[in-house]
Amino acid sequence: MRRLSWFNATSLSLGFAFLYLPMIILIIYSFNASKLVTVWAGFSTKWYGELFRNEAFLDAAWVTIRVAVMSSTLATILGTMAAYVLVRAGQFYGRTLFSGMIYAPLVMPEVITGLSLLLLFIGIGLDRGVVTIVLAHTTFSMCYVSVVVSSRLVTFDRSLEEAAQDLGCTPMESFRLVTLPIIAPAVLSGWLLAFTLSLDDLVIASFASGPSSTTLPIKIYSAVRLGVSPEINALSTIMIGIVTVGVVTASIMTKRAAVKQMRDEQAAERAGE
Amino acid sequence: MRRFILISVPYAWLLALFLIPFAIVIKISLSDTVIAIPPYAPTLDLAGGWAGIVEFFQGVDFETFEFLTSDDLYWKAYLSSLKIAVIATAITLAVGYPIAYGMTRVAPEWRPTLLMLVILPFWTSFLIRVYAWMGILGQDGLINQALLWLGVIDQPLTILNTPTAVYIGIVYTYLPFMILPIYSALEKLDDSLLEAAEDLGCSRFTTFWLVTWPLSRNGIIAGSFLVFIPTLGEFVIPSLLGGSKTLMIGKVLWEEFFSNRDWPVASAVAVILLLILIIPIILFQRNEQKQREAEG
Repeated sequence: MRRLSWFNATSLSLGFAFLYLPMIILIIYSFNASKLVTVWAGFSTKWYGELFRNEAFLDAAWVTIRVAVMSSTLATILGTMAAYVLVRAGQFYGRTLFSGMIYAPLVMPEVITGLSLLLLFIGIGLDRGVVTIVLAHTTFSMCYVSVVVSSRLVTFDRSLEEAAQDLGCTPMESFRLVTLPIIAPAVLSGWLLAFTLSLDDLVIASFASGPSSTTLPIKIYSAVRLGVSPEINALSTIMIGIVTVGVVTASIMTKRAAVKQMRDEQAAERAGE
Repeated sequence: MRRFILISVPYAWLLALFLIPFAIVIKISLSDTVIAIPPYAPTLDLAGGWAGIVEFFQGVDFETFEFLTSDDLYWKAYLSSLKIAVIATAITLAVGYPIAYGMTRVAPEWRPTLLMLVILPFWTSFLIRVYAWMGILGQDGLINQALLWLGVIDQPLTILNTPTAVYIGIVYTYLPFMILPIYSALEKLDDSLLEAAEDLGCSRFTTFWLVTWPLSRNGIIAGSFLVFIPTLGEFVIPSLLGGSKTLMIGKVLWEEFFSNRDWPVASAVAVILLLILIIPIILFQRNEQKQREAEG
């Protein structure tokens, strides 16, 4: 019944061409020898060399990586706690407000989040720099982490935790030995999501950063406003490469973990018979 | 005790860094612009005790909001953002639906790969994906080069820095948000319903129109909101692809704050944008909840 008609095939190929051609063109032109990005003048890797000699870009890259590691780690801890509260804590005072505050940042325009955080930082007299960007990024990415982790917690069989506690585990031990290993893939993908969101963010970082703490997206934005440049193409190619390798590896790993879990469960069932 | 810590840590964080900042935005939107540091008055001086609070409320007014209605730049920017967001959402649906539909027609073992190919751009930098179009749409960009070479045109077209470029940018960057919910709705569709419709004499088109389309409605609604809501406050796309002619409220807010340094006006713009967004956000949440209840 479900066949691939010529119409389906055309819309799929056109759709994926639309999604991928701009990035492929960008990558090809990063190897262009000409300074003019629109004229092909032979293969060259000189823009990559230029990029690695550009101190401003390297500094910005270092700031960005530090911010991303710190904010995604904090966001993973806070987001996992928040997910646990949403799924497990039951009723408590102000629960509606809490879940509202978890979901609202996901749909909030970045300009509003950025502006409001900046006004807070100025209001309490906090100097803008790496710390303020980390605080800002942690706040919006913890919400993404908690959505990812809570979707795993919902499907989690609670009797496993109860069994562990019946067998003498403290609640902390049962969390560490039972719950955490099961939700670990979700926690890890939450961390990765928070990390890439932080790497990628321009708008909120622009509001939260000071003159001494420029991140890579801010640097890229101010460079591309003046027009297309081969150096930015080279930088973009490196970033696309890192993300592609990361996502593909992660998806292969989750697939393997799923297969292993299925085998383990089957083995356990057979042992039980 | 442990439960208390577990709840209060993320709660306190969100209160301090999400809710209180909003209160500050609302407060500053009610203040007046002055040339000072910080550039607004009155400032709430808690050290002044009760007298300070009273003084603050006496200085507060809706002047900034009156200013927003008197200058037609602002309501034109809101209307233009709404128009761009509605049209872009419709185009994204028209482009995304056939792709999601096609994905459910390929052999099941290929679907995870296609799904990953749709998700992959989402992980790639937003800024880079918008930037990629600057080299394609420009005066001497690839589209103009190709059309000139083919002899279709003899003068390069102006695409970059027009609303057309903004639409292309929005459809391109938000397409995965439209494809994914529609795909997951279509995946769940029971094939026997389609067979039944065809057995009862429906043509393929009527089957689609009477069975497939209504049953994918939840996916269409979710996808449309996921595109519409962020597009309304979009800054990067109009700023890089739209030029000075495209008016969008996210860009206006940015310029009020960074170029004009007018904090009360920037805050008032944010407050109104938020009021406009509340309606679609509530509708979206309700749709999600209905879907969850239908499944659970």
